[in-house]
Amino acid sequence: MFRKEVQGPEEVIVTHKVLVQYKYNHTQKEVRSMPSYVITEKCDGCKAQDKTACQYICPNDLMALDRDLMKAYNQETEQCWECYNCVKICPQQAVEVRAYQDFAPLGANVIPMRGTDSIMWTVKFRNGILKRYKFPIRLTAEGAWTADSIFAGLPEPNFDDLKKSGFFNGPAKAE
Amino acid sequence: MEKETCTFSFCQKPEVVVVEADLLLIGGGMACCGAAYEAARYGTPKGLKIVMVDKAATDRSGAVAMGLSAINTYVGENKVADYVKYVRADLMGIIREDLVADLGAHVDNSVHLFEEWGLPIWKKGDDGFSLDGFQARDEGKALLKDGGTPVRSGKWQIMINGESYKVIVGEAAKAALEYNRKATGMDQNLYERVFCVKAYKDANEPNRIAAVAGFSVRENKIYIFKGKAIINAAGGAVNCFRPRSIAEGQGRAWYPVWNSGSGYALGLQVGAELTMMENRFVPARFKDGYGPVGAWFLFFKAQARNAAGEDYCTGENFEASKKLYSPYVEKLGTCLRNHMMMMDMKAGKGPIWMNTHHAMDAISKTFVEKFGEKDAQKKIKHLEAEAWEDFLDMAIGQAGLWASKNIEPDKTPSEIMPTEPYLLGSHAGCAGFWVSGPGTIPGTPKEWFWGYNRMSTVKGLFMAGDVVGASGHKFSSGSHAEGRICAKSAIALILDEPNFKPVIKETADEISAELYLPFEVYEKYKTFSTDPLTNPYYIRPKMLQARMQKIADEYFGGCATWYMTSKTMLDEGLKLLGMLKEDANKMAASNLHELLRCWENYHRILSVEAHARHILFREETRYPGYYYRGDFLAINDAEWKCFVNSTYDAANDTWNFKKVPYVEIFA
Repeated sequence: MFRKEVQGPEEVIVTHKVLVQYKYNHTQKEVRSMPSYVITEKCDGCKAQDKTACQYICPNDLMALDRDLMKAYNQETEQCWECYNCVKICPQQAVEVRAYQDFAPLGANVIPMRGTDSIMWTVKFRNGILKRYKFPIRLTAEGAWTADSIFAGLPEPNFDDLKKSGFFNGPAKAE
Repeated sequence: MEKETCTFSFCQKPEVVVVEADLLLIGGGMACCGAAYEAARYGTPKGLKIVMVDKAATDRSGAVAMGLSAINTYVGENKVADYVKYVRADLMGIIREDLVADLGAHVDNSVHLFEEWGLPIWKKGDDGFSLDGFQARDEGKALLKDGGTPVRSGKWQIMINGESYKVIVGEAAKAALEYNRKATGMDQNLYERVFCVKAYKDANEPNRIAAVAGFSVRENKIYIFKGKAIINAAGGAVNCFRPRSIAEGQGRAWYPVWNSGSGYALGLQVGAELTMMENRFVPARFKDGYGPVGAWFLFFKAQARNAAGEDYCTGENFEASKKLYSPYVEKLGTCLRNHMMMMDMKAGKGPIWMNTHHAMDAISKTFVEKFGEKDAQKKIKHLEAEAWEDFLDMAIGQAGLWASKNIEPDKTPSEIMPTEPYLLGSHAGCAGFWVSGPGTIPGTPKEWFWGYNRMSTVKGLFMAGDVVGASGHKFSSGSHAEGRICAKSAIALILDEPNFKPVIKETADEISAELYLPFEVYEKYKTFSTDPLTNPYYIRPKMLQARMQKIADEYFGGCATWYMTSKTMLDEGLKLLGMLKEDANKMAASNLHELLRCWENYHRILSVEAHARHILFREETRYPGYYYRGDFLAINDAEWKCFVNSTYDAANDTWNFKKVPYVEIFA
């Protein structure tokens, strides 16, 4: 992607490319199914969306889109915090998390279904126990805050107070 | 070794975009979201352009990206002076009390905003039990600002349904930025997925900040952001030390793994004075999953015990600790609880258990007595859900680990353990920059105020959140409030000096060459070997991190040595770290993601170097349980109850250290 132009004798470059591709093919299979993983059948690469949702949201720049397959994958799983933001945002529910295998025994999973005002969790234990919880997530409508609404009805800033304590909308606590 | 330079002979030259802002916000977490909100309100009527740069997506960036189950700083019915004393006690007596008091006086305003924006905050029901955000709304409970009673898990903490905490706060910040953008006519003022690498000083006015350069993590583009004032809230440093889990579990750091020391690196490279960088935080958390213990300790009243069921903070451990750490051990600060826990662990008395089952048992007995069997069962079920929410809001991996290990907290205890060290200034740590205080707190030394609240020793460079030193226990709410404090004073500076125009002497080509060097190095050498992963001419970001972590772990008091270090160990470690710093000139990146990792890890290296040098300078063990100087094992208040401040001279790669007297303002 960032190679300026072909450097060196052609055969070196070609051999090199083949080797890199070989390496890539043979390591990715192992690597691509760790903490957050993408279910091949479900992922459609967010074809119909303006952006790949998981790639957009991951706080650690982990989710990448394989343009040949048009499917997403976690490109650096050992840097995954299991924050579940890719899981929560996926419109296809194609992303799940398989707990870190260096300390978590197999067989459990934790699946969220995030709505607009609440989230539903299903926790499946290794021994099969199922727990379900539903928690509120917000009390205003998604997108309620816009350029027009954010300061509506709030005090105008007083520039005489700029170097004093307190904020534009109220004084500091006295004690 | 020959030094590598980038002449774009091998890698593509990026497009360079120059963005001229009045106020520039570096970071997208709680602090910068607060700054964006307050700055938009004050700056917009004056036509000031506010620009925010976030390395991720603001909806889910920063330390609150996953969510939180509590707001840890809400002063409410308490007194600000008591907040200062609590922070001081936990941070072993040395804090900037002017900063902490100022924070305590402002933080509630931000919490009230969060609630207005839609964050569900638990309320106390009429029967004394907790109501979640929906229940409180349905029962018509008042908002906090109107006198509603929160559910306190501790004196300063309130419980929330915080899965979408950052989404809500981010939405408000983005709305405020958009309000500013529309009014000032900018095309764009929120840059997501742009990673800031380096700050630059003004070419004309000495010791004044002028610009920050970064690159897009999505396209071949470099940005130079100029600002008349700049707020640095780019976070603390995680995974500088080798973590306990070294395979894929290393991502499950306690604090978010994307805190890459950038906040420290950006400031220290332009010579902003640091303070208390010797401080670190080593939280005792549920082993491996690093789920929060606060609610279990404070809310469910669970107790941590050694394998024999004994309280490790009493008896022989306590008496022995008193000899070295009195009178601090009597106050049982967080580090000293770690210290005594480790005494038992070293004696083979582990595992250390959080007795969640005993706590649940006690609670259910009380419920049955109070409400009868049937009602009690309902309340216990609610309580169990609350316990799981604690994890599901903020450490989902821990819920997964409990499920993986068949741990039901009402039946089985869970192991706790001290983690690897973390550098931060907003949670229970205080490593960061030396900043001007508010100048309004009586009894503050006059030299702690230089005109603009939260401005560093570099003019125009303000600090908020994790990177403000000697002022810990802000947490999410306090970081937001501090960002707002910063925004106000930064705007005051901009308005005071309307003729200042930031100019840098570095050219766009020079900056591009510096930022893209890892591409040039990779492209230049990658065909030398058949496997580009293994090549003698460069170091890839993963190995850069591995070497740094090994040095830090083994020489600077990581888990490997039970947090023990000394002058001789630090000296050797710093020598090795010096070579790693030189090798950073040969960092190699094959794509934008790796370029991000290269620079993040370089920021970590600078952060951990500052940390090690501060530990070296402070010849005592100020934070037993977090780290030990084996050659100075005791706390030495007579000589070291003071701040340690340093500055880094990047041009000469030298450090300057000094002691700064601590002043107690709140007796």
